[in-house]
Amino acid sequence: MGALTFKRGIHPKDFKEATMNKPVEYILPKGDLVFPLIQHLGAPCKPLVKKGDRVLLGEKIGDTDAFFASPIISSVSGTVKDIKPVLVPNGSKVEAIIIENDGLYEEHESIQPRENIDELTPEEIRKIIREAGIVGMGGACFPTHIKLTPPPEKKIDYIVVNGAECEPYLTSDYRVMLEEPDRIILGLKIILKLFPEAKGVIAIENNKPEGIKILKELVKDEERMEVVALKTKYPQGAEKQLINAVTGRTFVSGMLPLDVGCIVQNIDTVIAIHRAIHRGRPLMRRIVTVSGGAIKEPKNIKVRIGTNFEELIEAAGGFIEEPVKIIAGGPMMGLTVFSTDLPIMKGSSGIICLTKKEAELFEESSCIRCGKCVGACANGLLPMYLNQYALRKDEAMFLKYKGMECCECGSCSYTCPSKRHIAQTIKTTRREILANRKK
Amino acid sequence: MTDNMLVVSSSPHMRSNESTQTIMRDVIIALLPATFFAVYNFGSRALIVTILAILGAVASEWLFQKATGRKNTVTDLSAALTGLFVALNIPYTVPFWIPVIGSAFAIIVVKQIFGGLGQNFMNPALAARAFLVLSFPRIMSIWSFDSVTSATPLDILKAGGRNMPSLQDAFLGNIGGSLGEVSAAALLIGAAYLLIRKVITWRIPFVYIGTTIAVIAAIQFFNGNGFDINYLSYHVFTGGLILGAFFMATDYASSPVTPKGQIIFAIGAGIVTAVIRLYSGMPEGVSYAILFMNLWVPIIERFTIPKAFGEGDSHGKK
Repeated sequence: MGALTFKRGIHPKDFKEATMNKPVEYILPKGDLVFPLIQHLGAPCKPLVKKGDRVLLGEKIGDTDAFFASPIISSVSGTVKDIKPVLVPNGSKVEAIIIENDGLYEEHESIQPRENIDELTPEEIRKIIREAGIVGMGGACFPTHIKLTPPPEKKIDYIVVNGAECEPYLTSDYRVMLEEPDRIILGLKIILKLFPEAKGVIAIENNKPEGIKILKELVKDEERMEVVALKTKYPQGAEKQLINAVTGRTFVSGMLPLDVGCIVQNIDTVIAIHRAIHRGRPLMRRIVTVSGGAIKEPKNIKVRIGTNFEELIEAAGGFIEEPVKIIAGGPMMGLTVFSTDLPIMKGSSGIICLTKKEAELFEESSCIRCGKCVGACANGLLPMYLNQYALRKDEAMFLKYKGMECCECGSCSYTCPSKRHIAQTIKTTRREILANRKK
Repeated sequence: MTDNMLVVSSSPHMRSNESTQTIMRDVIIALLPATFFAVYNFGSRALIVTILAILGAVASEWLFQKATGRKNTVTDLSAALTGLFVALNIPYTVPFWIPVIGSAFAIIVVKQIFGGLGQNFMNPALAARAFLVLSFPRIMSIWSFDSVTSATPLDILKAGGRNMPSLQDAFLGNIGGSLGEVSAAALLIGAAYLLIRKVITWRIPFVYIGTTIAVIAAIQFFNGNGFDINYLSYHVFTGGLILGAFFMATDYASSPVTPKGQIIFAIGAGIVTAVIRLYSGMPEGVSYAILFMNLWVPIIERFTIPKAFGEGDSHGKK
């Protein structure tokens, strides 16, 4: 069977060779750890601790009664030094709990390996996943327990494990496939237990042949699991495109994957589920790709959530050249930051430091109507028109040309020979329209 | 550390290496075989016509932008390309002021007055050719080959088809015609380059040529002339069809961006070309067919907005 894919899309250079063959390194935090009280899509948590309290590793320090939320867990033992607003990667200030690490890593009593996995009811599994603070680790940070609790009328027949990792530079998911493949299988088994009708499909882009090989070997005796190769293409890891590639199903915005019987989970989220269920460990660390031309020794680093960006940059040898742009996440959809004094959060997949040459800012020139954005748009839109309507503030035409179907993947801007800021203007207009709708 | 010095911008943070300039450069490269062949075939006069057309286009763009205070865009190579196109669309026998005013017309009247790059609703070089043919019909129809004034193959074909050049000569370009249209072989080399470099897609050129041939063949057949592959081959390899289909109809600014729209546009151009060739007084119809279809582009685009991903599908079904 050939590699699966969706229509259109782009092929940006992936820059993965800098880190893909380096085993994940582990670092311990040096400074204080910072836990912003919102690290997920949904409502912010409230602190469960106060200044001066001693907390243990694995202890829940923030939570809320709101349904759409995920608790915040301490990744070290130590003392609550302060609770105050801090800068987070998206540029806003968020209330955060700051913990002074005592270096003892004394574990909370809730961390206990479980023997009786088979006896857990689906409700208990979902509760454990919630209490473990697990969110989608691809970067969107959707609370996992909510994703795993579809309305009863929705029949789920596909669990798609997203191993596409289509963003350039990022290789943390790839390293996980090589280094902890058995845990992916264990995690997927737990999800399949929740959905007895479903089949588990691990989908990996074919620029990661080693990962495909190892996982194929592991699932060969698993009746309900399959590993599929995807064509290496951006945005292959976007939910809609991924589901389309794997199942042939399509859906428009406003619909969720579960409306077409699918649940998509990032590959590292699946491991987090395994760790929470089998080993009783909540989400306390993640793997971050530190790369880009300005970084001396690009690498993947396993790090405790709450660690400062600067410690990771230092662990990667620091800068060989003054970076001009630092991106939290990947270069296609990630956010640029204006300071490196930021905490690693649940969704921090990469710190990409670009040199002046890499981050070249181009001047926009006139649209030549080449149609390359049309050929690139994974959602079948006419980005050049949307750009025009966005610039003219013509909301009616923007909606008529289906601007709300945009997934903000940035393929149109990437491919535009006139270097027009197509994705950027569309994104801004979408935000404005959504904000007005809420009013 | 690096605070306050970092650039903050909206994603994506990567851009392709392609620029307007690289695309224009690729089209110029693709036209070089045909240009060299024209010079080889028609001699130094063809070279001078080409140079004058390019200089005329670049100078017009520069002067117009200077005069109107617009940003100078000569370096994007689009004006130079238009000049080259103007040269390739006229016979080499023209007086030297013809390529200059042709290019000036293309750049100033068709391109700049409508807003510059990407805003022109017609192909500038073809509009210039039409302007020249209408204004100076006699000058624009002196075809000569080997210093002997001759008719073009399509002229001969229209007049009954006696004394046609061999198909091989027609394919290679040892015939009369505009600078750029005589050698189908040289044009096809350039066309292949454009397809490989993804500057153009297959849709417009293949559908255009296919439609032209299909319509001519059908009309011939229903007129009781049967199916003559030789006759049809002349229609493909002589005249401006290959130049028009691969290089002129695919002009970004004046052709649709929607995939379906491109196909409708190409079918339209094919039908009009065939009808002009068979029923009008002119032997050739490519320029007018493309210009005619250029006018329909806004409407074609409006009615061919693609479906968004997933729209109108039966959801949840394979």
